[in-house]
Amino acid sequence: MKHLHEEELVLHYYGEGAEWAGEHLQICQACRASFESLERVLRAMDRLEAPEPAHGYEGRVWNRLAPGLTKSRARWWSELGAWLTPRRLATVAAMAALLVAAFLAGRVSQQRQQTAGLSGPVRERIMLVAVGEHLERSQMILVELVNNSATGPVDISEEKQRARDLVDENRLYRQAALKNGDRGVSSVLDELERTLLEVAHSPSKLDSAEFARIRERIEADGILFKIRVVGSNLRERERTPLATGSGEAL
Amino acid sequence: MEQSDAEAVAQIRAGNADAYRVLVERHSRSVFRLAFRMTGNQQDAEDLVQETFLRAFRQLRKYDGRAGFGTWLYRIAANCSLDLIRARKRRQEQQTAVDEEGQEMAAAASGDPTPDRIAFSGELQQLLEPALNRLSPTERTAFVLRHYEGMCIEEIGKALGVQAGAAKHSVFRAVQKLRRALEPAVSTGRP
Repeated sequence: MKHLHEEELVLHYYGEGAEWAGEHLQICQACRASFESLERVLRAMDRLEAPEPAHGYEGRVWNRLAPGLTKSRARWWSELGAWLTPRRLATVAAMAALLVAAFLAGRVSQQRQQTAGLSGPVRERIMLVAVGEHLERSQMILVELVNNSATGPVDISEEKQRARDLVDENRLYRQAALKNGDRGVSSVLDELERTLLEVAHSPSKLDSAEFARIRERIEADGILFKIRVVGSNLRERERTPLATGSGEAL
Repeated sequence: MEQSDAEAVAQIRAGNADAYRVLVERHSRSVFRLAFRMTGNQQDAEDLVQETFLRAFRQLRKYDGRAGFGTWLYRIAANCSLDLIRARKRRQEQQTAVDEEGQEMAAAASGDPTPDRIAFSGELQQLLEPALNRLSPTERTAFVLRHYEGMCIEEIGKALGVQAGAAKHSVFRAVQKLRRALEPAVSTGRP
């Protein structure tokens, strides 16, 4: 008599096994003993209960979430996509470069109060906002790729273009962070740059295996989580009141 | 009359972001439970709930309505959780050179509680979370979705973006590891 494989016992436990597996368990003592042992382990796992959130939890989740939703991000993004023509993109990139250059120049010259008419803390605040926005835009691309549930060939031309646009900006922010000794931010931006480059250099149309490789790479690096953590730290720093003296590193 | 998920989604797409509140209030507890079982940490779970709803809102235009909104949301929550536990696992791996098998062997050889003591003192509870922590991120996700959320293998495959066969294998590997870790403790006959 052919005994049930452990995999078949697991499927039977979860009600996804073949009908004959149940019939076999009725007559085979060895398989029944093995199944009962499996059952004990899985029932023990039921003891691992999740704590029940306190009354009003849903309202608190909404209250934390709502400020970020006031403007529909999806509509905002598509409108931005339409607005960002190549010429405008070049202007935005040039402005970002100028901002970073001014920031670095201010650092080097030690004349924080005078450079470009902005004080050090104000300039740093602008950088925090700019890097935060950059991380958010990068995160959106990666999230869209990771959560794309398409099973056939995938067209990533839109994500590819957006990744390409973000690479140069990323490089500037990374250099600024490195220059100012913010290793945490520069290290995440370094990883992000490699991921963005990979997306930017991928073919526009990917078969399912190629697409799965990109997704696996994004997931394996845990870059989304790191972006989230750094983004959250930057937001915290944005909220701290402006100091009158020289500010902290980016 | 209570607004359905589909109606709320339609309203949000029409520009009424406040309609998202219905979905947040309806699904936040179940997303929290999933996130907690994935991470084993209340603070992480709460952060993941926020992250999940934010991602879902931003990607709503990609939701095609073929699966229920809750199922789609679970996929996002599972992916958010995967990101987090993979990053956490990597950090742990960097901190210690001790491999998992070695830890299992060391635990088996150490003065861990005997089955009798565990079964009757509630210490079994303390073995469950470490046992889950020994699973790979994908195995843990697959197991949580199957065991606690009652998703079928095919749905788990969709949530993880893998074929059903791979999802089945992940569940199976997870159960196998849990069995290896917990069987001695539960073999006294108390489930």
